[in-house]
Amino acid sequence: MPDENNICLRTIGLTKVFGFGLQKCVAVDHVDLDLCVSEVVSIVGESGSGKTTLAKMLLGLINPTEGEVYYQGKKRDIRTHQKRKEYWKNIQAIFQDPYSSYNIFNKIDSVLLDCIHMRGGRRLPRAKKVELMAEACSFVNLKFEELTNKYPFELSGGQMQRLMISRIFLLKPKILVADEPTSMIDACSRATILDMLMQLRNEIGMTVIFITHDIGLAYYVSDTVYIMKHGKFVERGSPDEVILHPKEDYTRRLINDVPKIYEEWDLSTVEYSS
Amino acid sequence: MAEVILEVRELTTKYITRFRENVYAVDHVSLKVEEGKSLGIAGESGCGKSTLALSLMGYYFAPLHYTSGEISIDGRNISRMDPDDIRTSILGTEIAYIPQSAMNALNPTQKIIHFIEDVFQAHDPYKTKQEIYKFARECFEVLGLPAEVLQKYPVELSGGMKQRTVIAVSVLLFPKILIADEPTSALDVTTQKMVIKMLQRLMEDGFIKSMIFITHELPLLYNVTDDIMVMYAGQIVEKGTAKQAVFDPLHPYAKGLMGSIIVPESGLRDVKLTAIPGVPPNLKNPPSGCRFAERCKYVKPECKVTSVGLREIDGSRAYRCILSEKELRAAFAKEADQHA
Repeated sequence: MPDENNICLRTIGLTKVFGFGLQKCVAVDHVDLDLCVSEVVSIVGESGSGKTTLAKMLLGLINPTEGEVYYQGKKRDIRTHQKRKEYWKNIQAIFQDPYSSYNIFNKIDSVLLDCIHMRGGRRLPRAKKVELMAEACSFVNLKFEELTNKYPFELSGGQMQRLMISRIFLLKPKILVADEPTSMIDACSRATILDMLMQLRNEIGMTVIFITHDIGLAYYVSDTVYIMKHGKFVERGSPDEVILHPKEDYTRRLINDVPKIYEEWDLSTVEYSS
Repeated sequence: MAEVILEVRELTTKYITRFRENVYAVDHVSLKVEEGKSLGIAGESGCGKSTLALSLMGYYFAPLHYTSGEISIDGRNISRMDPDDIRTSILGTEIAYIPQSAMNALNPTQKIIHFIEDVFQAHDPYKTKQEIYKFARECFEVLGLPAEVLQKYPVELSGGMKQRTVIAVSVLLFPKILIADEPTSALDVTTQKMVIKMLQRLMEDGFIKSMIFITHELPLLYNVTDDIMVMYAGQIVEKGTAKQAVFDPLHPYAKGLMGSIIVPESGLRDVKLTAIPGVPPNLKNPPSGCRFAERCKYVKPECKVTSVGLREIDGSRAYRCILSEKELRAAFAKEADQHA
C-alpha cells in the first residue's frame, strides 16, 4: 500500500461512458489509481481498452461520467478556465502523433516561448528567454540556432517529439502523461526519446504515466505496470512480477504477441477475431 | 538451387527536387530473392527503404527517377519498360505492393467487393461479377477473413481488419513477389501478430512465391524473414541471414541498431538502451567517404576519404566497412570489455 502522504494523484471510481441506450460504450469502468511522487507507471492494453480515455480524463480534457480525481489530497477543481490553466501547470502531456501536436501556423520559438510565459517568465528580458530556450533545446540535443524561424513541418518526427520533451523541461510539471510517445517514430530514435524522458524524470522528479501497447517498453521503463482490459485494470504490480510471472490469461496473451528474439515467438496461438 | 524470382543489380534511383538537385535515395543496391524465401529490409527513417520498394516495381513517377541498374523478375528485365506496360503486365500480377498507409488505401465510398471488381476489370475483364465474387470469397476464407467483409464499407472495419483486407486484395492475382512496406506500424501487438500470421500463410498456401518485408523493428524482422538487409543512407551496409544480422552484426551501424531493441524477456530490464548519436547525412551532397563515418565509434581517419564497397564473406553475407572482419570483432570485444 503506498504511503498516503506520498500520493500526488488519485482517482476513485473514475468512469467514462460514451453514448447511451443500446449504443452505450463503457470506455473506462470504475478505475482506482494511486500515483506516487516520481513514480513511473505504465498502462498497457490493446487498442480500444480505454487507455487514452483514462489519460484524457486525468488531464482534464474530457469530463468523467462518474468518479473523482484527487490532486495532492484535494479534489480537483477545473470548472473555470482559470483553474484549468492552473491545473495544467502541474500536469502535462506528450501525445502519440508529433505532427498534430503543434500549431502549424506558429513557429518553433513561439511554442517554447509559451512555455516560459506559462511559468511566469513573461517579463523576462529577451536575452534571458533565448538563453532558457537554448538550454531546453540543448537538453534534447537540438540546436536552438537551427530551429529559430522554422515551422513544425520542417522538422522530422523524431525532432518534433524531442522538442515536445524540451517543452516539458521548460514547464517542469509534477505529472507527465506520455500517451504512446514512441509509436510513430522508428526504433533508433525510440531509444533516444526514452533515454531523455527518463533523464528528465530523474532531474525534476516528476511522475510519469506511460501509456503504451508495447509491453516490452513498459517492462523497460516502469516501476509499476497496470494491465488494462475493456476499461478495467486486470493486473498490477512491479514489472518483474507482471511480465515475467503473469497471473491473468490476458496479460500472458499480450506478452506472447510481442515479437521475441531470444525465445521462440509462437504464431500458432493467433485467433482471428472479426 | 531454388529459382530466383527477383534480381536487382546495382540499382540507382534519384529524386529530383524543385531546385534541380539530385538526391540519390537508392545507391547501387543489389539484391536477390529466391523462391520461397523472404527478405527483410531494416533501417531508420529516411534511409531509403520505401524508395527502394517503389523502385523495385519499375514504376517511376516524378519526382522519383530511374538512373541506372537492372531489375529482373523471372529473368525478364523490367527496368526500362514503358510505364503503361508495367501497369498492365507487372503490377499486381508479378509484383504486389502494400503501401505504408495501406489502411487508408481503400476508397471510403466503395464496398470492398467493388474494389475487387475494379482490380479484375483492369487485369481480367472477361470475368463476370458472379465469378469474381465466388473467387474473392474463397480466397478470403482461405486467408481467415469472414466473407461478410466483402459487402462492407471500409469505415465498418477495424484497423487490423482493413490492413488484412488490403493484403488479401493485393494477392488475388497471385503475384510472384509481395512487397510489404511497414504493414504493421500503426497496429497494436495483437493485430500485428494476426497480420504477420496472414503474411506467412500467404507463402505457405502458395498465393505468393516470395516476399520483401520492410520495417524498422528488428525483433519483428527476425521472426518473419529468412534474410535481413540493413540500409543506411541509401546504401546496403549489412546483408546476411536473420540470425547473423541480429545476433552477430558486423557493420557498426547494424551493431548500433541491435542496441535499440526492446523485448519483454527476463534479464533485459538492466540492459542499457544505446542510441546511435547524430543524424544521417543529407543525401543532397553525401560525404565522399563512408557515409556512416560521422557517427561511427570505430572511425579511422581514412574512413572519411575512401569510399568502401560491399565486402562479401562466405558467399551469403556482406558488409560495407573499411575494417576487416577480424578487426571489427576485436573492436566490438574491446568495447564490451569496457562496459563490463
